[in-house]
Amino acid sequence: MQQVAAPLEDERAKTLEIIENNNHDPKRLVKILQEIQAELGYVPEIAQRLTAKKTNTPASQIYGILSFYNFFRLFPPGRHSVNVCLGTACYVKGAENILKEISSRYELEPGQTTNDRRFSLDFVRCVGCCAIGPVMTVNGKVYGKMKPEEVKDVLGEYK
Amino acid sequence: MVYVNINGKDFKAAEGSNLLDVCENNGIHIPHLCHKKGLSPVGVCRLCLVKVSGMRGLVPACSTKVTKGMQVITHDEEINALRRVNLEMLLSEHEHNCLTCESNGRCELQNLVYEFGIDAVRFSINKETKPVDNSSEVIVRDPNKCILCGRCVRACREIAGKNILGFTDRGPAVAIGAGFNEPLGFTECASCGACLQACPTGALTEKHARFEGRNWEFNKVRTTCPHCGGGCQMELWTKDKKVVKVYGVEEENTENKGNLCVKGRFGLDFVQSPERLKKPLIKKNGKLEEAEWDEALTLVASKFQEIKNTLGPDALAGIASSKSTNEECYLFQKFIRTCFGTNNIDFCTRLCHTPSAVALTRAFGGGAMTNSMSLVEHADVLLVAGLNLTEMYPVFASAMKQRVLSGNLKLIIIDPRRTETAGYADVWLSPRIGTDIVWINGMLHVILNEGLYDDEFIENRTQGFEDLKEIISKYTPARVEEISGIPEAKIIEAARLYGKARRAAILYGMGITQHIHGTDNVGGLCNLALATGNIGKPGTGLNTIAKQNNGQGAGDMGCLPPIYPGGQPVSNPAVQGKFEKAWGVNLSPKPGITEASMILDKNAIKGLYVMGGNPMRSGPNISRIQNVLENLDFMVVQDMFLTETAKIAHVVLPACSFAEKDGTFTNTARFIQRVRKAFDPIGESKPDWKIICDLSQKMGYTMSYGHPKDIMNEIASLTPPYGGISYRRLGKGGLRWPCPQKGHPGTRYLWAETFTTPSGRGMFSPADYQPPAESPDKEYPFILTTGKDLYHLQTGSYTRNSVALFNLSPEDVLEIHPSDADQVQVKNGEEIHVRSRRGSMKIHTKVTDRVPEGTVFTTLHSDKVAVNALTIDALDPMAKTPELKLCAVKLEKPA
Repeated sequence: MQQVAAPLEDERAKTLEIIENNNHDPKRLVKILQEIQAELGYVPEIAQRLTAKKTNTPASQIYGILSFYNFFRLFPPGRHSVNVCLGTACYVKGAENILKEISSRYELEPGQTTNDRRFSLDFVRCVGCCAIGPVMTVNGKVYGKMKPEEVKDVLGEYK
Repeated sequence: MVYVNINGKDFKAAEGSNLLDVCENNGIHIPHLCHKKGLSPVGVCRLCLVKVSGMRGLVPACSTKVTKGMQVITHDEEINALRRVNLEMLLSEHEHNCLTCESNGRCELQNLVYEFGIDAVRFSINKETKPVDNSSEVIVRDPNKCILCGRCVRACREIAGKNILGFTDRGPAVAIGAGFNEPLGFTECASCGACLQACPTGALTEKHARFEGRNWEFNKVRTTCPHCGGGCQMELWTKDKKVVKVYGVEEENTENKGNLCVKGRFGLDFVQSPERLKKPLIKKNGKLEEAEWDEALTLVASKFQEIKNTLGPDALAGIASSKSTNEECYLFQKFIRTCFGTNNIDFCTRLCHTPSAVALTRAFGGGAMTNSMSLVEHADVLLVAGLNLTEMYPVFASAMKQRVLSGNLKLIIIDPRRTETAGYADVWLSPRIGTDIVWINGMLHVILNEGLYDDEFIENRTQGFEDLKEIISKYTPARVEEISGIPEAKIIEAARLYGKARRAAILYGMGITQHIHGTDNVGGLCNLALATGNIGKPGTGLNTIAKQNNGQGAGDMGCLPPIYPGGQPVSNPAVQGKFEKAWGVNLSPKPGITEASMILDKNAIKGLYVMGGNPMRSGPNISRIQNVLENLDFMVVQDMFLTETAKIAHVVLPACSFAEKDGTFTNTARFIQRVRKAFDPIGESKPDWKIICDLSQKMGYTMSYGHPKDIMNEIASLTPPYGGISYRRLGKGGLRWPCPQKGHPGTRYLWAETFTTPSGRGMFSPADYQPPAESPDKEYPFILTTGKDLYHLQTGSYTRNSVALFNLSPEDVLEIHPSDADQVQVKNGEEIHVRSRRGSMKIHTKVTDRVPEGTVFTTLHSDKVAVNALTIDALDPMAKTPELKLCAVKLEKPA
């Protein structure tokens, strides 16, 4: 994920195009929102409002979907996407401490992006590498057997 | 019907009915929180768990359907323990502090905790608090008291049809959010409060009720809403002569089935407004000064007597109101006819719906809504013309929208503005204002051409079809497009939809009637119904939507110049004899003059008695009205507030509100329902009926009634359609007239077998297009049209005095199309001068494409802006209703 937030007019045009391609069909709501996120990196407010209006869907339903699925982002992503695995195996091996370390070091909670858009942080439930837990991923690259004190060095590589 | 065995006892129940409802109906109480009658079952609170033989584990009764021979156990030790644990877990979610909660005493969670005797919660309590949402004008959302039952979400979706509320997030983070998880006040919430009525705890409460009383301190009275013509049943919760909370009555035999709109639920505090008149006022040296009742009534009686003696009875007149009760309207016309000795009695319907009375009587033999609100359940197609249902009659609009969304009802909307209901329409026609008869005739043209008419019905039950065919032949879709601006294809589509429907109903409002050819317009709609046989059956008919709570009743009670109560003509000697005998005086056989004459013709009368009307705001061309009224020798206004009309009266008599008296209202669908007194009149105000009796006594004619029920007995004895009405019968709910005898169940829809026209047949009354009284020209290039908004009614004398309604909509605004706004160089929210040939106003704009180009729209609710200073006083020749819906104006930017 390398996108940065597009300017408002661009977000608007791209959203409209995606909704148009899906025939304004409210049955394809999840698909539309997925495509918006793929295109813009997140689902900005303007896209939420346009989707509601153009597919004749209540705002509450759009927000319900966006907040239900962990996958959707409501804030612009950072240049680097950091995910900490909190699956059972990683959790018992102390993954929570990894998450806490990142949170306090960069002052951000899971689901948020740093003010300089450098990192966005989230947690996931298992990435399929239980044997090398605790695990974190940066832009999809897996870092196994993490220790809290290693966080600084690993993330320091990503500017 | 099947038998089910519950706790060892057999009960009869409809197969497939809801098990929880069956238990509750048979007196077996099952604890539940997420289930509420009228909402779909979801089974999430896990409190109504029961054991059903043959089913695995415990099942929620609320989502289990009754089957034949089902064996159910609702209470045993295991079930109780489970319910208890579930309750304890709910309690641990938040700190439920009942001491500071507005729901204390009516909270379903509190009741269950008490019922289960839970005196300590075993689990640790989550003390983390979330912020309270205070952004709405009327509703407070406290997520800390929310138990996530989702009743509010379902109420917003299934009753209000708004979908403002929804679940957000998931797992332990689940919450209820509004819109895009915004403050409620920022969303499109219509403030109807359906969510609040559905909420079992204190998570949703009335903002203005905070600290106004605890739930056990209120006096609770069931009554009928005094705002629009819907006749919603409500329970007033009052304390210290204040209406604090209002809940819809959740009963099947009501028109609203528990639903209310923002005006009914949050707009009744006008009752306790500080602006209420508390003493009579007499004009002395040009100023209205407080006086005693006896002085005021003596003065009124002597002045009216003086005019009657010197100029004759016809120099006097009375204007009744569609806000008063039936009993008061009856007494008022009785007073005018006996004490004044004239038939110069009329009421405000003259300014809106009299064309309906004229045209429906001509076509069918009687002027009333033919069907009832349940028509949406039977109709396949609904044609709604000149009627903004969402803002006019929100409760019915919600029911209609639910039918449309469920796929059981097709909708044709005819409105020049893109109203909210247009968004639900299969076909939306936007005609040029004033061309209604053209699209009506155009639809008939298609129906006749394509053989979509009902020849059997036409043959057996109607007259005049050949004349109709002749006129209709001129209205080809192409010509209709030319005059009305509606594309040919759309006319054809609408005609086919209506013509092919098994059952189609027409609903219409003032957009049809407030024209100089309003009677023709309604007549045209009658032709449509007659030609297709869509009359005299459920789910069909011609349905006028009256805008006031008792617009129908005031007419039924004979507040009209040519008729006594029940539509009996004053010119008929037998009728005259009947009323002379009953009232013990000689009566005039001469039909009186209309309200249009009273307020627009100088020297038509010299003395005027106005009960509750406000023609200085509701009538056309206000400066002319003012001129006429100020020229009167004597004018008395009886009202709750010092209205614009009261300000120029010689004497003002303080009337009390609907909450301070007993009586009945007849809703727009002929449904007669009780109004019940909640507390004694405020100040020295009195009910209208008492004032009329006192004044009558002063004028030498005794009207003596102990209670409004005695007046109703007299009405029943003289008014055939009300013959079977009594307070005893109304105690259990409403009755729909005609209800001619004591045992009669009332009448759901009219004209099933025959019409009451002289021939007994439905009469076609074709009409040609005539241009409106005033069309836009070079000097006055825009059309001005008027209407209402959701939060107010008419001249706003009630609704402006409600704190919540006023805050929700503080002023009238001028809707203007973006391209017109560009042309006159005005921005959204800027002030603009609007001028017609008669008057002008300053008003703020709202730039929106809801209105068509070339047309501006505003409401007439504000006391600051008087749109009727501009409107035209041209009248429909038959109904004498002014063309309030259309006049030509120019727009100027203030210098």
